[in-house]
Amino acid sequence: MTYISKEFQKVVGTRPIRPDGVDKVTGKANFGADMVMPGMLWGKVKRSPHAHARILAIHTEKARALPGVKAVVTWEDFPPIPSEEAFVGEGPMNFRDLSRNCMARDKVLYDGHAVAAVAATSPAIAEEACDLIQVDYHVLPHVIDVEEAMKPDAPLLHDDLFTQGVDPKPTRASNVAKMIGFTKGDIDAGFREADVTIERRYSNAPVHQAYIEPHACVVSAAADGQTTIWSSSQGHFMVRAYCAKLLGIDISQIRAIAAEIGGGFGGKTLIYLEPLALAMSRKTGRPVKMVMSREEVFRGTGPAAGAVIEVRLGAKKDGRLTAAEAVLKYQAGAFPGSPVGPGCMCAFAMYDIPNAKVTGYDVVSNRPKVAAYRAPGAPNSSYGVESCLDELADQLGIDPLALREKNAAKDGVKALHGPTWQNIGYAATVEAAKNHPHMKEPLGPNQGRGVASGFWFNIGGESSAACHINEDGTAVVAVGTPDIGGSRASMAIMAAEILGIPVERVRPIVADTSSIGYSFLTGGSRVTFATGMATTQAAEKVVEELKKRAAMIWDISPDAVEWKDGKAWPAGPNAGSFEPLPLAEIALKSGRTGGPISAEVSVNAQGAGPGFATHICDVEVDKETGYVKILRYTAVQDVGRAIHPSYVEGQIQGGVTQGIGWALNEEYIYDKDGRLENPGFLDYRVPVAPDVPMIDTVMVENANPRHPFGARGVGEVPIVPPMAAVANAINDAIGVRMRDLPMSPPRLRAAIDRNGG
Amino acid sequence: MPRVVISGQAARRFTGGATELEVEANTFRRLVLELDRRFPGLGRQIDESMAVAIDGEIFQDAYLAQLKPESEIYLIPKIGGG
Repeated sequence: MTYISKEFQKVVGTRPIRPDGVDKVTGKANFGADMVMPGMLWGKVKRSPHAHARILAIHTEKARALPGVKAVVTWEDFPPIPSEEAFVGEGPMNFRDLSRNCMARDKVLYDGHAVAAVAATSPAIAEEACDLIQVDYHVLPHVIDVEEAMKPDAPLLHDDLFTQGVDPKPTRASNVAKMIGFTKGDIDAGFREADVTIERRYSNAPVHQAYIEPHACVVSAAADGQTTIWSSSQGHFMVRAYCAKLLGIDISQIRAIAAEIGGGFGGKTLIYLEPLALAMSRKTGRPVKMVMSREEVFRGTGPAAGAVIEVRLGAKKDGRLTAAEAVLKYQAGAFPGSPVGPGCMCAFAMYDIPNAKVTGYDVVSNRPKVAAYRAPGAPNSSYGVESCLDELADQLGIDPLALREKNAAKDGVKALHGPTWQNIGYAATVEAAKNHPHMKEPLGPNQGRGVASGFWFNIGGESSAACHINEDGTAVVAVGTPDIGGSRASMAIMAAEILGIPVERVRPIVADTSSIGYSFLTGGSRVTFATGMATTQAAEKVVEELKKRAAMIWDISPDAVEWKDGKAWPAGPNAGSFEPLPLAEIALKSGRTGGPISAEVSVNAQGAGPGFATHICDVEVDKETGYVKILRYTAVQDVGRAIHPSYVEGQIQGGVTQGIGWALNEEYIYDKDGRLENPGFLDYRVPVAPDVPMIDTVMVENANPRHPFGARGVGEVPIVPPMAAVANAINDAIGVRMRDLPMSPPRLRAAIDRNGG
Repeated sequence: MPRVVISGQAARRFTGGATELEVEANTFRRLVLELDRRFPGLGRQIDESMAVAIDGEIFQDAYLAQLKPESEIYLIPKIGGG
C-alpha cells in the first residue's frame, strides 16, 4: 500500500529525538570495544613492515613461551579457500582474497598486512608476544602508483592474475585485473560534430573512510562449537557469513550481535579481526577481544579507491554536448575489486549525451585492499567529469550551471549504462540551485564559487523486520540492519505512522542474527528504503490482526473494521455502533482473542530510486599559504520523501564534509619502501568543525513511487560533487585549475607559483 | 520479443561478441534460463555478478520480474554501495 500523499503522513516528515541518542550522548552506548566477558583474552595482530615480500618462515616459539600467551595463529590455522567470487557489501569479492587479506599466506602485499595474531591475558602481553614473533621475509619490489602498476614491467602482485575483459585472453599475468567498458552512439561522429573539444587528465588520492570508532570485536566459541560474535560492522549477517566461510564452519553455529557502530561509511562492509578472534577463541575456549589502534586502521583496512581520470568532451558552441569519453584507472589495493564499474556508470549519468564511451581499469598495487566509501567509485569519476565540464563552460563562455541545465538528463533519456531514466530529479536540483540565494551572494577578492553535480544509484535488497505489540499497547520494531545513520528512528517513524500511535511508543532495536530473518548489510543507501519497506509491511500485518481482534471483541466481520489514529473503528453505520477500540485495549485482551500480536516480514526490495545532487561552494584562497577556506556551501538533493528530515540533512552534511576532506587534505603518504608515513589523524588531516561552515541543505522531495512513503536513499550522493565543486571554486577565485587531489596548501601554493603567483 | 543488451564486456565472452539478443520469455527467470541454454555459463555470471535494468528500472535480483514482449533488458555490473 502507498502512503505517499502527505495527507496520510502525520509522523513521517517529523523530527523526533533519536531513540539511541541519550545513550550515545551520555556515553552509555555499547560500541564494539565496550564488550567485556569473564575470562576474556586480548588479541593483537602482528603486521608486515614490508609493502611486498615473500614469507619464508614465521617463528612463533618465543611468543608462545611468554607467560600469559594462550594462543598464536598464522596462515596455517585457516583453511585454504579456493578462488570463488561472490558479490558482497560494496562489490565483487573473492573469498580466497578475503581470507588472505585477513591473514597473509605466502606473500605480504602491503605495509600492515596481517601475518600472525596472538591472544593473551592482557593487551600488553599480547603486544609483547607480537614483538617476539619473528618473520623471515624475502623482500620484493613494490608498486604504489596506479599507472606505474599498469606498466608491463611493473612488479607483479599475483602471478595468476590475468586481465579480464580483453580479447584475446592474455597469456601474461598483469596488475590490471579487469577492463570494463560502456558505449553509446557513435563516439567518433559525436566528436566530429563538436565545435569545441576539450581533453584533460585528473587524479584523486585513495582516502580513508575515517570512521571515529576503530574496528573491534569480541568472539566467544564454546566447546560444542557454538559461537557468539559481538562486533562493530555494517552487517552482522555479513560478519556471520564471512567468518563461517573463512573458517569452514556452519552458519548455524554462529550468532552475530551488532554493537553500536561509530561510523562505517562503507569501510565496515568487510571483516578483518573477527576470523582471527574466532580462531583463537576456538583454540583457547575463552572469549577473545580485539580492538584496532588508529594506526592499524590506516595500515590494515580498506581505504576508498583513488583514481586517474582522463576526460574528453565535445560540444556545440551553444553548449550542447555531442560526445563524451573517459578512461578511468582505479586503485584496487592488494586484491582485485575496485569500484571501477560504478565509477564508469556514474561518470556521465547526469547528462543527456548522444555519444559516449567510458573505459575502466581495475588495478592492484601494494596498498591495503580498498573498501567501499559512500557512493563507491562515483566521486572519483565525477571529480574528473565535473571539473572538465567547468573547463568546457569557461572555454565556451557559458555559465557552468546553465551548461549543466542544458544537458541535464531527464525522464526518458537513456543512460550510458543502459537504463532509460524514470522519475528522476536531476533537473530539479539544478533548477533549485540556480534559484538559491547563495548564487546571488557577492564575492570578494580571492573568493570564488564552484558548482558540481553527482549521481548515485541507491539499492534495495534483502531486509527483514518484525513488529511486536506489547501488552500495554506500545510496540517493538526489530530489524536485521545495523543502525549507522539513524535508521532506528526512521523505522520507528514508519511503524508509528502505520499503527497510528506516537513514535515514542515504538521501540526500535537491531536484532541479532538468530532473532530475525536474513538481512543484507547496511550500505548502498538501502536501509530506509528496503528495511523501511519490511517494517511498513510488518506494521500493516499487525494492523490487519488488530482489526481482526477488534472484530472478535465486537462480534462483527473483520471487513467491517477500519483502523485510524491508533484505534479500531466500525467501518460504517452498517457495521454497528461501537466506541472505538484503542490499540492498548486490544493489546490487553490479546491473550483472550488469539494470543500475542506480532508479525515479521522479509523482503527483497526493488525499485530504489536514484539520487541526484547539485552543490554550490564558495571558497577564499590565501595565495600566500595556499590555504582554502570554505566560506559557504549549499547542497541540493533529490531525497524522495524525507522520513526524518534531520537525519537526511545530517547525511548530506556528513557526505559534503567528507568530500571537502577528500578535496583539500586527505591522502596516504608512502615512503620509498612503500611504508605508510601518516597513519594517524595528526598527519592524515580530516576536516574538523572549524574547517567547514554550516552546510545548507535543500531537500528536493521527488517521491519514489516504489516505496510506501516515497523514500530514496540519501547517504551516498552527497559525497559525489564536493571535490569538483571545491576545485571549480578555487579556479573561479584565483584562476588556478587544480587537476590533482588533494588541493592541500603546499600543492596549491606550488600551483600558484607555477601560474606566476 | 524482449530484447537483451549486454553492456558489460565481462558477459560478452559468453556470447561470441553479440551484445544485443532477442529472447522469448515472459519472466526474467525464464530469460536467464534461456540465455544459459544458448550460452552455457552466462546464467551463473548473471546470477553472481550482474544487475539488470528492465524497462529502465534497475533490479539487483529480478527472478520474479515480469517481461513484456517489448521489454528492454540491460545486463550491467551489480551495484553495491557504502
